[in-house]
Amino acid sequence: MGMAAAESQFHVLAVDDSLIDRKLIERLLKTSSYQVTTVDSGSKALEFLGLSETDESNPSTPSVSPNNHHQEVEVNLVITDYCMPGMTGYDLLKKIKESSSLRNIPVVIMSSENVPSRINRCLEEGAEEFFLKPVRLSDLNKLKPHMKKTKLKDQKQGTSEKLENSEVQQLQPQQQIQNDLQGVPKSQDPQPESESHLEQQQQSLQQANNNKRKTIEQGLSPETDRTRPRYSGIATVV
Amino acid sequence: MNKIWLSSGVLNSQLAKTGLPLWMLGLGADLLWADMNRLLAFLFHQGVLDEQFLQLQQLQDEASPNFVSEVLNIYFHESEKLLTNLRGLLMEREYKKMEIHLNQLMGSSSSIGAKRVTNVCVAFRAATHHTNRAGCLHALEMLEHEYCYLKNKLHELFQIEQQRALVAGVRYPEQNQNQ
Repeated sequence: MGMAAAESQFHVLAVDDSLIDRKLIERLLKTSSYQVTTVDSGSKALEFLGLSETDESNPSTPSVSPNNHHQEVEVNLVITDYCMPGMTGYDLLKKIKESSSLRNIPVVIMSSENVPSRINRCLEEGAEEFFLKPVRLSDLNKLKPHMKKTKLKDQKQGTSEKLENSEVQQLQPQQQIQNDLQGVPKSQDPQPESESHLEQQQQSLQQANNNKRKTIEQGLSPETDRTRPRYSGIATVV
Repeated sequence: MNKIWLSSGVLNSQLAKTGLPLWMLGLGADLLWADMNRLLAFLFHQGVLDEQFLQLQQLQDEASPNFVSEVLNIYFHESEKLLTNLRGLLMEREYKKMEIHLNQLMGSSSSIGAKRVTNVCVAFRAATHHTNRAGCLHALEMLEHEYCYLKNKLHELFQIEQQRALVAGVRYPEQNQNQ
């Protein structure tokens, strides 16, 4: 019962201009025990996140926009459609990553079109995952590691010394690889990794990169192939 | 008690087809279940529906008992608007706007597992890229046909499901005594 309570703390903001897709993603997320808020546009998403469209990424100076309120509800992940009128999912992703208050929030992009260049662009801009629509329950299993990582990072930075901070930040990329590759949430606390373990992870990273290339090539085949490849944000690791 | 079923003409004819007496309603529920599965299997085989439709059904549970019908009603409502608009836009040769409508229809059709409708949208969209008016007209007609067929079949599916739920909930005096 305790586990269920912890899981329900994760709050996802879902952005999609299609009513049907909003209903679907909401049901998918609720079935996976997340709290959900749905909005139908990028600008409403930013509003909800406490950032007006014209806001400079400086949370310390109060914005003159009447819509700006500091984020009252914590959002652990944003999942957004790519193709939306006005602000696209990509634009929203950029705005979030450019904002110093919001850039730690993991962003996932959804699209009905399998366009490798689009997928790459999103991943390079900092999207954690790129899901092809229709999104399935199994896709959502990939979300938890991203949300846990962020929650943990917030907690650590809140209470730790600077030294510990830099350790955590070093660990984060490796933790992400580990989570991306295995897709199953490991224990919540990042243990200090031994060197050999890091080497293993780097080897796995090589493999994962190869897999990623392969899936992009698969993506170029006729779109009727619904065995959709999945894309993880591994590219950002140094 | 039998009067309840006599007034339900559709249910009657369903059961009459099977040649079973009305009182064997427990079996009737199973037969309706079989009918539903037969129709679903047919629709899958014909490529009218795909796996996504099953995903939709799986999302329905006690917490959200009418999820599928809610989503489908939204789908029908939106699609009919889009189809009407498409015809108007085609008359005015507004190919760009048609593409926007088609993307929307394609997205929602794919989301509910309407495979044939989605495929026709793809072909239709290609015709708009080529500003091929004759091709677009043909595609629109096909789209309207596929959509109508889908809607009818889904309504049929729902009817069977409703009857099955109704029948499954019936208690007969004889059955009550046995419990």
